[in-house]
Amino acid sequence: MSDDEAQPEVQDWPETRVLKDILYCGVCSMPPEYCDYSGTTKKCKKWLSDEHPDVFSRLYPNQDLSKDLEEKATLKEGEEDVAEEGEKKKPKVQETKAEKERRKKAEAHVVICRIERTKRKRVITVFGLENFDVDLKKAAKLFATKFACGASVTKNPQGQDEIVVQGDVQDDIYELVRETWPSIPDDQIDMTEGKKK
Amino acid sequence: MFKKFNTKEDVSGQSKTKSSVQRAIRSKILEQYPALNPYIEELLPKKEPLILVKCHDRVNIVMSQNQLLFFNHHDGPYFPHLKVLQTYPDIMPKVQVDKGAIKFVLAGANIMCPGLTSKGARLDTELPADTPVAIMAEGKEHALAVGTTTMSTEDIKKINKGIGVELAHFLNDGLWKVPTMA
Repeated sequence: MSDDEAQPEVQDWPETRVLKDILYCGVCSMPPEYCDYSGTTKKCKKWLSDEHPDVFSRLYPNQDLSKDLEEKATLKEGEEDVAEEGEKKKPKVQETKAEKERRKKAEAHVVICRIERTKRKRVITVFGLENFDVDLKKAAKLFATKFACGASVTKNPQGQDEIVVQGDVQDDIYELVRETWPSIPDDQIDMTEGKKK
Repeated sequence: MFKKFNTKEDVSGQSKTKSSVQRAIRSKILEQYPALNPYIEELLPKKEPLILVKCHDRVNIVMSQNQLLFFNHHDGPYFPHLKVLQTYPDIMPKVQVDKGAIKFVLAGANIMCPGLTSKGARLDTELPADTPVAIMAEGKEHALAVGTTTMSTEDIKKINKGIGVELAHFLNDGLWKVPTMA
């Protein structure tokens, strides 16, 4: 299909095919024929063979998942053909990329910092929430309503977004963050004291 | 253009367009992609408000019915969003790259001439420079990117060095990942 041409022949209304309902991979969102390049090829293949076995067998003839699993098994044994190895290296590199992202997430911290503005006035900045897929604007609004104080998303000098809460509510925010986003591990929430900027 | 694209950071504003502007956009798109004539009512219904999303770097995205449909840069030619292009594959001229180039195109690289002239690649239509083209790939059914030619196809074949097509939008780039906008 890819090799027929657009028709610039002079006609008032050149025609086009209309392809409705194009299938997109549920893992990488691309058309399945490009899954090979997504970096999550294995997951994509599994998704495709589960959801659309017909397309799967068309795209990857003479190949099924069991072979993939076998490959994995051989991998574990640590013995594989040199030829195969070369083939596998590429996807491996990409998979480590995804892994890196995951690790980055695991290392991410939420920092709740208490900063002195004037004597006896403090503000709290919450930094790093975006690493946990939190909508900062919504979070700021939540803090503002919960603590009845001003809360806004601002850029810090490093150019990253953080939430500034105008009230001395460090401990309460810690609790609230833990309750609202249980996916954030406790030990990844840091409490610090900061100096006036 | 959309290699890094983030709705929060890169969108500076979106606004409903006046109906006159809407008409202008519509006619410009149709002028560029006459093949869309029978389908334009599905894509950009007259009744629905047409929303122009303004992004940094003078990129404008045309949105209707909560779908991103076309974008342009510096008031230049409109490019279809890849979903639109894949639905109506024959609206723009195509070039085809060879298999080895796919990986790089999907990483956002501009397309070098050898990738367009080698075996497996196709340059069938004669095109002048600065034409929006759909980029197809060897052995694949759907387009994987859109871009502008930087030189005419003749030159691409003759010179066979350097950038042949400048990439605008490709599969799995920032724009692709944001199919709709609230």
